[in-house]
Amino acid sequence: MMDGAHGSHGCRDAPLLKERGQREVFCGLTAIVWLHRKMQDSFFLVVGSRTCAHLLQSAAGVMIFAEPRFGTAILEETDLAGMADAQAELDREVEKLLSRRSDIRRLFLVGSCPSEVIKLDLEKAAERLNAQFADVNVVNFSGSGIETTFTEGEDACLAAIIPGLPKTDARQLVVAGALPDVVHDQMLGLLEGLGIGPVTVLPTSKADDPAAIGPGTVFALTQPFLNETHAALVRRGARHIAAPFPFGEEGTTAWLRAIADEFGVSDDRFDAVTAAPRDRARRAVAQASAPLANRSVFFFPDSQLEIPLARFLTRECGMTALEIGQPYVQREIVGPDMALIGEGPVFSEGQDVDLQLDRAREARADLTVCGLGLANPLEAEGLTTKWAIELVFTPIHFYEQAGDLAGLFARPLRRRAILEGGASSGGIEPPSDARGLCHAGGAEVEA
Amino acid sequence: MKLSVWTYEGPPHVGAMRVATAMKGLHYVLHAPQGDTYADLLFTMIERRDRRPPVTYTTFQARDLGADTANLFKTACHDAVERFDPQAIIVGASCTAELIQDDPGGMAETMGLDIPVIPLELPSYQRKENFGADEALFQIVRTLAKPIARTERITCNLIGPTALGFRHRDDITELTGLLMEMGVGVNVVAPYDATPADIARLGAAHFNVLMYPETGEAACRWMERELGQPFTKVVPIGVGATRDFLREVAEMTGLAPQIDETRLRLPWYSASVDSTYLTGKRVFLFGDGTHVAAAARIARDEMGFEVVGLGCYNREQARMIRALAKDYGVEALITDDYLEVEARIEALAPEMILGTQMERHIGKRLGIPCAVISAPVHVQDFPARYSPQMGIEGANVIFDTWVHPLVMGLEEHLLHMFREDFEFHDDAGASHHSGVGGGSAPASVPEAPRDISGSMETGTVIWLADAETELKRVPFFVRGKARRNTEAYAAERGVSEISVDTLYEAKAHFAR
Repeated sequence: MMDGAHGSHGCRDAPLLKERGQREVFCGLTAIVWLHRKMQDSFFLVVGSRTCAHLLQSAAGVMIFAEPRFGTAILEETDLAGMADAQAELDREVEKLLSRRSDIRRLFLVGSCPSEVIKLDLEKAAERLNAQFADVNVVNFSGSGIETTFTEGEDACLAAIIPGLPKTDARQLVVAGALPDVVHDQMLGLLEGLGIGPVTVLPTSKADDPAAIGPGTVFALTQPFLNETHAALVRRGARHIAAPFPFGEEGTTAWLRAIADEFGVSDDRFDAVTAAPRDRARRAVAQASAPLANRSVFFFPDSQLEIPLARFLTRECGMTALEIGQPYVQREIVGPDMALIGEGPVFSEGQDVDLQLDRAREARADLTVCGLGLANPLEAEGLTTKWAIELVFTPIHFYEQAGDLAGLFARPLRRRAILEGGASSGGIEPPSDARGLCHAGGAEVEA
Repeated sequence: MKLSVWTYEGPPHVGAMRVATAMKGLHYVLHAPQGDTYADLLFTMIERRDRRPPVTYTTFQARDLGADTANLFKTACHDAVERFDPQAIIVGASCTAELIQDDPGGMAETMGLDIPVIPLELPSYQRKENFGADEALFQIVRTLAKPIARTERITCNLIGPTALGFRHRDDITELTGLLMEMGVGVNVVAPYDATPADIARLGAAHFNVLMYPETGEAACRWMERELGQPFTKVVPIGVGATRDFLREVAEMTGLAPQIDETRLRLPWYSASVDSTYLTGKRVFLFGDGTHVAAAARIARDEMGFEVVGLGCYNREQARMIRALAKDYGVEALITDDYLEVEARIEALAPEMILGTQMERHIGKRLGIPCAVISAPVHVQDFPARYSPQMGIEGANVIFDTWVHPLVMGLEEHLLHMFREDFEFHDDAGASHHSGVGGGSAPASVPEAPRDISGSMETGTVIWLADAETELKRVPFFVRGKARRNTEAYAAERGVSEISVDTLYEAKAHFAR
């Protein structure tokens, strides 16, 4: 099934280039942007600064809701003076919020860099508020940039929920990771087809939906950034089913196969359920990935999806990976994906963005996967880029999205080819003093 | 502690970034944790800048706290100077670094760098983005600008345009042309595209043009005091303000005020009969103080709107805006709470909002047309075409921009004829937009001109031949509505055949 991986560990034990320096990544607060959509009766209250509020607004890109289910309690000069004061202020803001929003069943108090630095105890606050509000479950976690990188915000959130879940001894499958609804439903359909159940998905969309954990629980992850969630589930007695992540035909099949083996599903049944979608996925990937064949890819660290995606691009789309950067590498979780990646790429962990940019410029990959802060500058230098954040916001898991996933990477290459074809009639030199006309957006090249 | 859902301004260090990013040859070393780099994307994505903002973030982590954050800063500062070779650096702290009190300014000064080091003290828990920009520019000017000989010809500096500013890029071009026509040269534009060396030449100008008080006033006041340069008080947005501005420049320089108004179209467009429908349109204004004040004057005096409310989010301009509101007989709204603005708009129910990106969303929700007049801005507020707010072309752009969300005069009179039609009612929005209609969803269903030849039978109602011919005479863009209204009218009265009379009976009925 996993051709080419037989008899080898691929890059499972590959050395890591560890870097320490400026990081061009979001902090964990950003996860609130998708988590609040997923958990529809929850409110995420960041206790932080104006910077936190500005980050959430900028990362969300557009404001869709008049009053979204997240907000920032902005610390002010007076809060920084004394701790007791800040706790009382927080109580007041929470009271105001909950009286206005009676639809809220769960309140997340989300720690930030400033609240961590002044050691504002949000756990204590959550305990106090839980006692005060009987019908609201108050949970705290940290999304601060000094502790979490981008998608680790979701990890911290899920890990914070798990200790409070009821205990069960029943045999069950828990699948952890927030997925878009369409993907979530496809996954449940596949598992049901295989006769696997009962299945519980974390996070549940409603705070009081039954989710219980215990020694009879086995769990699979759909996102590679759930390290703390993994640990929290193991602490509750659950057992992890390690597998490559369900991206592309191969990843999805391997992920399902690992779970099917755990539940003793026969090969016949497995094939009966997966044959048609596998075939569809293969055809869709073949069609969408044509522009990717024999091209090279360079990953800047961003969402932790980099290793599984590099596996998909190298094994199913015919690409060559030059560097695969991740914010951090947990081999226990991404090891199965690393094992499938052929030798060659540099695996880097952490970031010193200026040094990494030097390497990216040197490598001049056909496609550079990076964050929004770097994409346009690199495009202007002639590199073709794919913004990484889209990979977090778009449905990309499982069979039916495999073609879309290849398409996300292929589109920038197709676009560049179109534009280069269309604009190749050659530029006309502007007169050297046409300042006003050349002024656009700082786009001038320095003399 | 104050709960905030959407913010009009970022933190003050983002304001300083707007100054640094606008400049060349300057680097900003910012003591900040991982995550604060999100601000880069404001510039690279919203403004589509093709270079990274010149900012180095120290990126300290939890494990560094209490250990070695100071050394981390020194290393980052050293590396940045070596790599980017700037003419000067500004150094400062973001909100979190302010709490750990490493004193980046003090540290940088002891590093023996051979370029000017400009420390910024930006109180993150008290002030906001505009203050950060104003203060950063002021500190840069104060450090680098020295009294020097004036230029021989009369010149000025343009002060205040920054990165991520609302139309700053094009306002510079427009003002430069306007001043040139009067015989005034531009010595330095700052901070936009200025190098630290340019900042050192500021003193050569005879006066300063304060383009945006939000981001340039502190620098102008300092230069007035220390370099003896007066600065202009009128912001030339709108026809009247542009003329006043040139009179002010004339007084300052002794030159004769001159303006070439051959390109100016706003006054005629506003006077032409199609614009009759603009008369007394009830508008609500919100944004930064400077743009709101300018827009209020244009709205009332140049467009003939009725200003039903106004306000600003930056408290620095609260006094000016309160006085202005008094002048307009309305109550000023001074707040940075988005929900308060929304509540005020809902209560006043204006026919149009002149606001920011935030009000655009309020307008969308409430079904009220909105034109953007001020930062905060989004990607669509950085158009590819030349579209200033200031000067002659600015006035033309403003006319077009403000009229665009509204229904054209030529079609508004037709509304009376078909007032109750489900897609052509008063709230339906303009025909050149889709889906901006208020409340009812059907407003967004576009009606293509329909071929009405052939069988005219619709349900039980039959169109007689002469009625059919008459219907063809109705302009195509309302023909569909005329047909449906007539059919509905006929059906209501149990009429099974539509004659010319029925058509006009229906028209009369709907033309109340």
